[in-house]
Amino acid sequence: MAGEIGHFSLIWVLVAAAIGAVLPQIGAVKGDTRLMQLADRTAYVQFLMALAAFAALTYAFLVSDFSVSNVAANSHTLKPLLYKISGVWGNHEGSLLLWVLILTLFATLVSWRGAKLPLRFRARVLSVQSLLVFGFVSFILLTSNPFLRFDPAPFEGNGLNPLLQDPGLAFHPPMLYLGYVGLSVSFSFAIAALLEGEVTPLWARWVRPWTLLAWVFLTGGIALGSWWAYYELGWGGWWFWDPVENASFMPWLAATALLHSAIVVEKRDALKSWTVLLAIIAFSFSLLGTFLVRSGILTSVHAFAVDPERGVFILAFLAIVIGGSMALYAWRAPKMVPSGLFGIVSRESALVVNNIFLSTFAAVVLIGTLYPLFVEASGAGQITVGPPFFEYAAAVLMSPLVVALGIGPLLAWKRGKLPKAMQIVLPALVVALIAGLALVWSQSGGVVMTAFGLGLAVWLLTAVFAEIASRIKLWQSPGNAFGRLRKITRAQWGMSIAHAGLAVIILGVTVSEAFTDEQLLVMAPGDSTMVAGHTFTFDGVAPVAGPNYSAVRGFFTVAEGDDFVTTLLPEDRVYSNPVMNTTEAAIYPLFTGDLYAVIGEAAGGNRWSVRLYFKPMISALWAGALMMMIGGLLSLSDRRLRLGLPTGRKKIAVKESV
Amino acid sequence: MIRQFVVVIVTAFLVAGAAFAVAVDEKPLPDPVLEAQARSLMKEIRCLVCQNQSIEDSNADLARDLRAIVRERVALGDTPDNVRAYLVDRYGDWVLLKPPFNPSTYLLWASPLLALVALALLLFRRQQKNETRQAAMAPLSDSEKAELDKLLEGEQ
Repeated sequence: MAGEIGHFSLIWVLVAAAIGAVLPQIGAVKGDTRLMQLADRTAYVQFLMALAAFAALTYAFLVSDFSVSNVAANSHTLKPLLYKISGVWGNHEGSLLLWVLILTLFATLVSWRGAKLPLRFRARVLSVQSLLVFGFVSFILLTSNPFLRFDPAPFEGNGLNPLLQDPGLAFHPPMLYLGYVGLSVSFSFAIAALLEGEVTPLWARWVRPWTLLAWVFLTGGIALGSWWAYYELGWGGWWFWDPVENASFMPWLAATALLHSAIVVEKRDALKSWTVLLAIIAFSFSLLGTFLVRSGILTSVHAFAVDPERGVFILAFLAIVIGGSMALYAWRAPKMVPSGLFGIVSRESALVVNNIFLSTFAAVVLIGTLYPLFVEASGAGQITVGPPFFEYAAAVLMSPLVVALGIGPLLAWKRGKLPKAMQIVLPALVVALIAGLALVWSQSGGVVMTAFGLGLAVWLLTAVFAEIASRIKLWQSPGNAFGRLRKITRAQWGMSIAHAGLAVIILGVTVSEAFTDEQLLVMAPGDSTMVAGHTFTFDGVAPVAGPNYSAVRGFFTVAEGDDFVTTLLPEDRVYSNPVMNTTEAAIYPLFTGDLYAVIGEAAGGNRWSVRLYFKPMISALWAGALMMMIGGLLSLSDRRLRLGLPTGRKKIAVKESV
Repeated sequence: MIRQFVVVIVTAFLVAGAAFAVAVDEKPLPDPVLEAQARSLMKEIRCLVCQNQSIEDSNADLARDLRAIVRERVALGDTPDNVRAYLVDRYGDWVLLKPPFNPSTYLLWASPLLALVALALLLFRRQQKNETRQAAMAPLSDSEKAELDKLLEGEQ
């Protein structure tokens, strides 16, 4: 029954989306208020019906209704409750349904928070959103229906990929999707602006909070995924430049660029058509990423199914959405009022530099991800574009960006003075140089990159503090500095914290890559070994039975000198449905770094192969990502940037026609 | 009868094979210098059944077998280049995580610089065009217009 309710609701979403995509647009052209108002109503209907469909599928998973083939293929009665729920989106069909649910959720939020948006503009935004929903729901109903029945129903399901049965990964897809799909709002705003033929600073004020919200989720989603990879997938690796990781990283880069260029539009009425283009590109990356993964063109753990029918639909959908919006851009953008001017040395041009580097990096990640396909198609054999290439690109493109990032916030709008800004960050430069040089001296050979990375991190961190110090005039009049500190707006704190977060991430990457201490050895009970000043003693193994797996658990006692630190209990699990072997690393975070133990296989004679690590400052990666998210949220909570319609400054009169 | 016999033989071989696979344990080479060399090589070799993971990073069976091969070659006295050539011979360029620098990858390696220049030119040209257009039109901003209107009204 639940299956039919879900199926029926999904068809309703399709119908409401069709109405919502067409009629409000006609209304906007003809100036028919009633047709335009339909946009809001259809948005609510789509959301409620999508919610019903999602609830129906969730119910089918909860009660293990194996007559629904999607449940039979992806669930199992013995699975813990959390993974029965996360199993809903742990497969191709369900994850698309989640995508649609979030898409309609955002449309509803725009309708609700944007009640003060001019009706015509809102109608156009929502109709673009409905068009996207229409495309996705057609895709689901035609090629990937999660509500199809299975007759006769099997007694037991196939179970979920054990790698996905993990708390980190249960929340990773929804978080990431909130980010991906959140960018659809910026996209819809961009298309609506092109249709209206006008981009105003006010437009940027509407777009920025939505982009920021999407960006915060995207950051969180990527960080969760990377954290999961760190403790589950490999042996302490946290980023593999896997096509799927790249698929989430490209929209993130584009969204980051968009956040910054929207500031220029808002403050200076410049870079308008570029910002619109960026909004289109950012969401196109989201679509491309999702579909590259789903179509199975790129092999990956995340590719749930390879199906030519789906591939064709996907290509057509991409061509229509991306091609269509680019064509619209090419046609309408040149007709927009030209932008404001600014000098070469100014906050604007610093933000342009930011945009150039971030977009270039996004483009290069795209090239690197797709390059093996091109080479193979050209008949030159198969190649792998692995981490070494992307690390090279990151070093070439991101280091200048970080250097510029230190200076940018210090420059004045319109016409800044580089010498003045340099004066403020000069100490940062000196500190960074010393930090780098000190490292070169303390080590020997092959540490140039480490020194460089450390230098960049210190440079950025110091520059952020220098910026705050100059803002509160800490050195000129320290007496009133504290008072001024309290006057710093949340948006400014947000910026500083997010930028510092980046510095912390660079620090974590550099230090953990360079100074990881590892031992790879065969141990018998009673053996002990030293890893980075910690004594790991192997106390033996014991069998463990979980709800749907059996495992071998290793026992390690870790001590520093004579002081007991912790016991580490890594597991080597074998899941029963489907049969699969996973390693569960045991991690104990210390302030200075993580103690990390993995138990491998039996080496005969009660000896076991084990991997023991000390990963210094690895937590800085997640801490830095968290700082970025906090920065984004702080900025979002700033009065001027709340979701919805921030009131315009007086001089930007809100025209009824907008 | 004959078929059953074949099945038994094959099964016996499979079991023996499996047992042999277990025996390939993760034993580092006794010489720390060679082991370090092997380890750094492992970081460059792709685990063929994983997603951009190196064999150093993966616990897949195939990765383990490749690690054993790398250690074996290094222990036999192969230079890193020899080991790479050995693996490329068997698995193709695909096995190298770092794409080789040859005519088919020139474009790839140059892409960061090319894209950077292209984008910078695009944005720079756009800004210049803007300036000439603005200079030609010399439009008033909304606020200036409002101010002008006010002034004109005031005069009337």
